Amino acid sequence: MISKKIMLRFPKENSNKPFTSTLSREYNLTFNIMSAEIFPRQEGRLIIELSGDDKDFEQGIDYLKENGVSIQFIEESITINYNKCYHCGFCLPVCPTNALLIEDRNTMKVELHKKECIACGYCVKVCPVKAIELSEFA
Amino acid sequence: MDEFKVNKTIEEINEKIKNKEAVIVNAEEMIDIVNKKGIVEAAKSVDVVTTGTFGTMCSSGALINFGHTKPKIKAAKVWLNDVEAYGAVAAVDAYIGASAVKKEDPLNAVHPGRFEYGGGHVIEDLISGKKIRLTAQGYGTDCYPSKEIEMDITINDLKEATLLNPRNAYQNYSVAINTTDKTIYTYMGVLKPHMANATYSSAGQLSPLMNDPFYLTVGIGSRILLAGGEGYVIYHGTQHNPNEERNKRGIPKTGAGALAVIGDMKQMSEKYIKGASILGYGVSLSVGIGVPIPILNEELAFFTSVKDEEIDAYIFDYGYDYPRKIDNNYGLTNYKQLRDGFITVGAKKIPTTPLSSYFMAAEIAEELKKRISDGKFYLTKPSASLPLSKDYKPMKYPKNYL
Repeated sequence: MISKKIMLRFPKENSNKPFTSTLSREYNLTFNIMSAEIFPRQEGRLIIELSGDDKDFEQGIDYLKENGVSIQFIEESITINYNKCYHCGFCLPVCPTNALLIEDRNTMKVELHKKECIACGYCVKVCPVKAIELSEFA
Repeated sequence: MDEFKVNKTIEEINEKIKNKEAVIVNAEEMIDIVNKKGIVEAAKSVDVVTTGTFGTMCSSGALINFGHTKPKIKAAKVWLNDVEAYGAVAAVDAYIGASAVKKEDPLNAVHPGRFEYGGGHVIEDLISGKKIRLTAQGYGTDCYPSKEIEMDITINDLKEATLLNPRNAYQNYSVAINTTDKTIYTYMGVLKPHMANATYSSAGQLSPLMNDPFYLTVGIGSRILLAGGEGYVIYHGTQHNPNEERNKRGIPKTGAGALAVIGDMKQMSEKYIKGASILGYGVSLSVGIGVPIPILNEELAFFTSVKDEEIDAYIFDYGYDYPRKIDNNYGLTNYKQLRDGFITVGAKKIPTTPLSSYFMAAEIAEELKKRISDGKFYLTKPSASLPLSKDYKPMKYPKNYL
């Protein structure tokens, strides 16, 4: 069993194909949509949490890649630069999934659980010292 | 002198520091020590308690002198990396405020503005040794004929680079909520509608003036750790109000005392000072400060043993009341609840998050402890007191607990 949050980008010519439905019907995967956007040039961006058996997951991802969908695992795209972060906490209220949180109430260290991140980008805007980076985020 | 059972002097403590005999603990450790030994024994055994804070403090800035150019200029207008510094002081002096914004910053034209770069960042960049573009304009005089200069400088090229902060280390602060139906972007961070979150900004039990609530040892001339270098308290901070309402521990229930501080930027480290861009609000500076409290008697052992649950703070609405200057509050909470992550207003449980770094406050208190233990930092006796509270009488507050 595997479950990952991924960002899918669809080129204009493919943005009308039922990719997520195919993932569900033919690859036996479940998905949960976090955000879906179509940009002015008709390029689409979808953030989903995709879950299923390891093999199905792998094949589902291959299917997307073969069809020109660019894939990015969210947990690989978000980072905190701890040379800049000073654990102030400004980012915490805007994180919708508590991916950013204080776990240890003794040290009050701000931590990032990458698996919970849905790449909304709010923290990037709020961080006063620009310590949070979300690659490919636009 | 007979009002206390323990009586030590700063000179005696400095002598112990010199002989590596002084006992120095941080403000967290002092809680347990007093809990176990009581205030009199704690005062006998502990000589110094170190405190710390690291929060955004807009009331900060840097005084620089960039030396005379050839030919000389009477710089009336000065910019550092396109951020304007105040030039209406002597020829090559300028003061750059933490909250100054860069030329042509869109500010809040598209709300909430990002405020990417400003005075706070210039100060951080200077301290980290980065190259800064300095431009200045003058009107030309017989003694200072030049009308324009432009040059790259680093902190090493400056004659003086002095951090000069009119108000830092605020003693306690408000807890902020938003009762309106819109998200607001404030210096207290992002506040979501319908009281969906609360923010607070103090290191509580670690914060300097929480540990010396009546300014008995911290005064004009107190040597402190300022952004990693040696600095001094030079005056009371702007808005210093010693007569705020206090709890039975003697701790004010909202912003009260404050410190004006000064220090040599050439000694400072970017680890302890950071330019800050506050979404929708502006540019600021986060400043790390450590203050040593000499344990001269058992009353100071009592004050430095204060715990988060003994520090109250009023809750204010930044959505409606605060901008309109309406005198209203939503009750009291304390730093134990704030740090644990929830407060209750009416029947509503509200998640809380900090704005001031407790993590770094603890690190600063530790760093100060280390420097004193190593004999690299000595305490000073203030040459004058800050404005004091009418409420103070020796041993009045410890008596509530004896």
